[in-house]
Amino acid sequence: MNSFSLADCTTVEAALSQLKNGAVVKAGGVDLLDRMKNGTDTPNRLVNIRNIRELRGIQSTPDGVTIGALTTLAEIADDPTIRAQYTILSDACGHAATPHIRNMATIGGNVLQELQCWYFRSAEFQCIRKGKEQCFAFSGLNQYHAIMDYGGCPSVAPSSSAVALLALNATIELTSAAKGKRKVAIQNFYVQPDANPHRFNVKADEELLTAIHIPKPAPGTRSAYQKYGEKESHDWAIADAGILLEMDGDICRRAVVTMGAASPVVRRSKEAEAVLTGKPITRDTARAAGKASMTGAMPLSMNGYKVQLFPIAIYRTILLAAGQMERDPSAAG
Amino acid sequence: MSDHQPPHRELPETSSTTGNKGITRRGFLKGAGITAAGTALLDGVQSLQQEAQAATPKGVMEYGAEAFPVTLNINGKEHALHVETRTMLAEALRIGLGMTGTKISCDRGACSSCTVWLDKLPVNSCMTLAVDAIGHRVTTIEGLSTDSEVHPVQAAFVRHDAMQCGFCTPGMVMSCAALIERNPHPTERDVRVAISGNLCRCGTYPKVFAATLDAAGQHATKA
Ligand SMILES: Cc1cc2nc3c(=O)[nH]c(=O)nc-3n(C[C@H](O)[C@H](O)[C@H](O)COP(=O)(O)OP(=O)(O)OC[C@H]3O[C@@H](n4cnc5c(N)ncnc54)[C@H](O)[C@@H]3O)c2cc1C
Ligand code: SF4
Ligand code: FES
Ligand code: FES
Repeated sequence: MNSFSLADCTTVEAALSQLKNGAVVKAGGVDLLDRMKNGTDTPNRLVNIRNIRELRGIQSTPDGVTIGALTTLAEIADDPTIRAQYTILSDACGHAATPHIRNMATIGGNVLQELQCWYFRSAEFQCIRKGKEQCFAFSGLNQYHAIMDYGGCPSVAPSSSAVALLALNATIELTSAAKGKRKVAIQNFYVQPDANPHRFNVKADEELLTAIHIPKPAPGTRSAYQKYGEKESHDWAIADAGILLEMDGDICRRAVVTMGAASPVVRRSKEAEAVLTGKPITRDTARAAGKASMTGAMPLSMNGYKVQLFPIAIYRTILLAAGQMERDPSAAG
Repeated sequence: MSDHQPPHRELPETSSTTGNKGITRRGFLKGAGITAAGTALLDGVQSLQQEAQAATPKGVMEYGAEAFPVTLNINGKEHALHVETRTMLAEALRIGLGMTGTKISCDRGACSSCTVWLDKLPVNSCMTLAVDAIGHRVTTIEGLSTDSEVHPVQAAFVRHDAMQCGFCTPGMVMSCAALIERNPHPTERDVRVAISGNLCRCGTYPKVFAATLDAAGQHATKA
């Protein structure tokens, strides 16, 4: 790893004043230090925001909940309010990575973590996402890559929490020294690779992600997230499902189905949602929704298995959210 | 304090420190060593740093790219050593302080063999900057037992023969002991979750579960 200077900041104001001349933010450091150890990132200055108290904690507001950017995944997973009312998010944060990583990883860093494509993570491969022309995954080892909506870069969205935040209609709060605060809806936060291969999200370098706001779910909402991995823990999803059901008695008034490991940006499956809307949740409707979620799938040479795994993940997670099935013991964590 | 001070060691050129060509304060402190004089010298350097600090804006503590002296609270004792900003806590422990109980395997957060507690929370010391441990209490495998008493989890690991090559064991023990500190009556499911980030190539998991549950029983009757 290259050497670097570090500004250890204790206030948002101090951190914003240091965000210039290529200085890079470090929160928990789990993602950033990995890239620095790999040699793909060589910043000569870090702005350490880990010790900014004001960015930590979960606050209930009349219209929902505000989560400080530095709140750890473990803190979110264990929070009684999040568990009761935003179950999909406590599920996602509680099943991302390992217990120890969850003690270190912040929600801001989780949402902002960069791609896990192994070509991207290696300093030996210069691909489209690093300003070159080539993608190595199409003709290379692509068993963990995308099956939908990938355009020129079939990497997959790595953040488990984002799968939940998309279903919950969260808003990302960004703050800069020059322009103060602005809010971006999560569905507009990530950038599709074909729109701009050099950006993963709309956050500018001089902006801090300061908070995440989540509106209160409608009465009768039930939700869940499950992640399927190659191992029982410590790995990113090969398939995952976020389900949010607004129930009117037995009838599903509104359904949201989200997926992370299918595409470069977290996505909703309108097709699966349409199957559930206005119907009771049963094994049959859940199975049909799972099947519909694969509309338009274009697997690569080595990841056809995902087209079978996603429908199962979605089927089982719909039933979990509806209270008709236990958490799948083969889902990670 | 000087009695407990470990020998001061220089960070050799490791994979993460190669490339630093700057002149450092290492030479200055070299050989200052173990004693009260060494500590006084370090205090002197720290006050020099504090003076430099006066020039930086409020709410910012500035660390340069070259090695600097720090004091880390490890296993209840203050330890003085030199680190760089890029020094990981695992390296500071193993190379800086010679506390080699903490193991490094994957060096990427994926195996938990480097588990230590930061203020009682188990974390991966290979992904934690040493500077992020300043002001926190670090507990390593060396600090789990006292002179008179072996930690119940360690004793149970021995009784159940819960290790083969032993390389994952310090991390396993730190994860299991952290679980029992926070939840004195865990179920097997709780143990499985607590060590779900700990990789054991030798496959000792069943014995780790048994040992931890046994230790919890012992813990509970003692309390
Ligand atoms: C073994 C392993 C398994 C994993 N499995 C999963 C998984 O299943 N699901 C999952 O979601 N993740 C997984 N992860 C990834 C892990 O959760 C992320 O690396 C972590 O959440 C990043 O958070 P951090 O606080 O450490 O971020 P950092 O590494 O500190 O930051 C990440 C990036 O965001 C920027 N940044 C961070 N915070 C801010 C902010 N507030 N404002 C502006 N910029 C900021 C940094 O500059 C950096 O580029 C895994 C990691 C490991 C090591
Ligand atoms: S999938 Fe994307 S990140 Fe991976 S090599 Fe191709 S262009 Fe690069
Ligand atoms: S060595 Fe730290 S997690 Fe593997
Ligand atoms: S005992 Fe050998 S790796 Fe666990």
